[in-house]
Formats: sequence, structure tokens, C-alpha cells
Amino acid sequence: MRKRSPLERVRLLGKAGLDVLAALGRSTLFLLRALFGRGSFDNSLTLLCKQLYSVGVLSLAIVVVSGIFIGMVLALQGYSILATYGSEQAVGQMVALTLLRELGPVVTALLFAGRAGSALAAEIGNMKSTEQLSSLEMIGVDPLKYIVAPRLWAGFISLPLLTLIFNVVGIWGGAMVAVSWLGVYEGSFWGNMQNSVDFSTDVLNGIIKSLVFALVVTWIAVFQGYDCEPTSEGISRATTRTVVYASLAVLGLDFILTALMFGDF
Amino acid sequence: MRIRTLEIGVGLFLLAGLLALLLLSLRVSGITAGPTDSYKLYAYFDNTAGLAVRSKVTMAGVTIGKVTAINLDRESYTARVTMDVQRNVDILPVDSTASILTAGLLGEKYIGISVGGDDELLADGDVIRDTQSSLVLEELIGKFLLNTVNKE
Repeated sequence: MRKRSPLERVRLLGKAGLDVLAALGRSTLFLLRALFGRGSFDNSLTLLCKQLYSVGVLSLAIVVVSGIFIGMVLALQGYSILATYGSEQAVGQMVALTLLRELGPVVTALLFAGRAGSALAAEIGNMKSTEQLSSLEMIGVDPLKYIVAPRLWAGFISLPLLTLIFNVVGIWGGAMVAVSWLGVYEGSFWGNMQNSVDFSTDVLNGIIKSLVFALVVTWIAVFQGYDCEPTSEGISRATTRTVVYASLAVLGLDFILTALMFGDF
Repeated sequence: MRIRTLEIGVGLFLLAGLLALLLLSLRVSGITAGPTDSYKLYAYFDNTAGLAVRSKVTMAGVTIGKVTAINLDRESYTARVTMDVQRNVDILPVDSTASILTAGLLGEKYIGISVGGDDELLADGDVIRDTQSSLVLEELIGKFLLNTVNKE
């Protein structure tokens, strides 16, 4: 390897910084243009419906199955810990609060990034490498409006709904394990839960979290696909980056949001 | 035909999401009607250790409201607790007692109201005069230890 002069290293560092800034600027312009740019299609609802199906409905299976199992594991673990303090009735409120505040939004967003985000990035990346996007532009159709916008909206709508379904299924799974298997009294399970769960602080804050995650994950996925190098290697890199960046962004943002919502500043 | 099944699938997905929200609000958080059908009562306690905002206010074991604020009163150095009591429980006599109780040995604190005998009733913004502070376990243990030392 060739030895680099210190000045050359500084130049490379500066170049990397400028690249990051340029990508951030490009992605912001891309998002704003796709969402609020002018011009729409008569069949934009049909386009959105199609994307809601492939982004939302097809992710339902993995979300429901993981929801059930996470709820059951939470109940089992919570019961074995709480039983040592003789307060196994609190297992209901523990399962509900854990799912509503943290696990529901975060795990659903991670699953969504893996299941739907990678598919979005690969699909758009493939469209770019086979020059379908430029062909659309050639015949006077804005690909931002025709391809990108429906996918963004579908992601924004799907992820919060998936999170709600995940929460309900998880709490149901927890109730199944705690009440029918471990023998926690059903009345205290639901009663404790209803006493401790507050609609605005727990349920609504969870929904706000999942809205933020939906924006971030879908944005990263669609932009990585749209911005990738139009080669097969570029598509694979874009897909990997989508999952990695989206997961990191979700986990980092989750800490900030939790600190803002429950940190008592 | 293909687009039709697709639309049905999306419709079911949206319905499932809304149903989930409904279940979460009714079954899990036990949401009740807005704050309009409640009235405020105040009570001054020497010690509210362990009591928190959103703690229950009960009467005869039935939840009739919740604690909405706990502040220090600057003149009397006592804690002022603000409670929201349901409007349909507007039958509390003015000499009712508010005490801070504990659910179980180490459980959460709540306010229990026991009925007085006066004909006059508490109205919105009134103060419950007769109060009993929360029981602090450390003080109790301290007294007990002091007693055993004195005996010896």
C-alpha cells in the first residue's frame, strides 16, 4: 500500500465529510419532492393500494408470529422473576407496558426494515439498473411521483398499524401464557394492566414512536434504492445499507424519544 | 379480479389496525370518558411519601377518582394533594377523612376516603380537613428498634 502524506489524509477526510453532507441534502430534497412535489395521477389511490398490499399486508404474517412469541416469552420471564417477590399479579402490567412503550414500536420497526425495507430498496434499485426509471422520465412520467411517493406513503401508513397489531397480539399471547398456563388470576391480570396503562402516556406515545420509525425506515429504504449504483453489486450494497442504517436509526432514535417522553426533564 | 382481492386484503389490514387501536384503548388502558365529568378536591397531608400522580382515590375499595397533582404548600410546610373525583360521587360529607393507604405490605400507595356524618356535602374546589398521612416503614422500624433498646 502506498504511503499517503498527512495532507492527502486530511483531504480524504474532508471528501468523506462532504459526501455525507451531499447524501443528506440529496435525500432530504428527494423526500420533500416525492411527498409534496406537484403533479399527481388519477390512479394514485390504486398505486397506493398496491403498495399497501406488498408493504403492509404481506408483512402481517411475520409481525403477528413474532408478536405472539415475544408476548409469551415476556409473560414467562416476568412471571418467574415476579414470583420470587410474590407479586405475580403484576405480570399483566409488565407485559403491557413493555410492549406498548418499547418492544412494540422497536421490534416492529426492525422487522419492517428487514421484511419490507430491503424489498423496497432492491425493487427500486433494480428498476434503476434496468433503466426503467429513466424510461419513465423519457415518456414524461415523474418516477418520484409514480414509483417513490406511493411506496413512502404505504410505509408511513403500514408501520403504525403493524405496531398496533403487534401490541395486541403480544398482549394476547402474554395473557394466554400467564392466565391459562401459569394460573395468574384473570381479573388481577387485566385489572392491574388497566390501572397502570394510561392511554396518552403509553398507547399514544407508542404510536408517535412508530410514526417516527415509519418515516425513517421507509425514507432510508426508498432513498437507498433510488440512489444506488446501477449495478448488481450496487443493489446488494443498497439493500444491506438499508437494513443496517434503518436498524441503527431506529435504535438510536428510540433512546432519544424515550428520553423525551419518559425522561422527566 | 386480481386488483379486487388485493383491495380486500388492504381493507382487512386497515380494519385490523383500527380494531387493534380500539382494543388497546378499551381493553388494555381501560380508557374512560374525558375529565369533564369530575370535580376537584384538595387535601393537606403531613407526609405523602410514596403517593404519586395518577394514584387511585378509593372509597369502600371502589375507585372513584385519581390524584392529579402533589405540591408543597409554602405556608404550612405540608403537601397539598389535588384529586379528581368522579362527578357521580358528589355525596361526600364535609367531615370525610382522607388517608394514605398501602395496597399490600409493599404495594402502591392510594388515597382512601371514609365517610363522615355531616349533612353538608363537599363541592368542587373544597378541602378535606381530616387527613391521615402515609405510613413510612422506616420510621416504624426505627420506633420499634428504639423500644426494644429501651427495654433492655
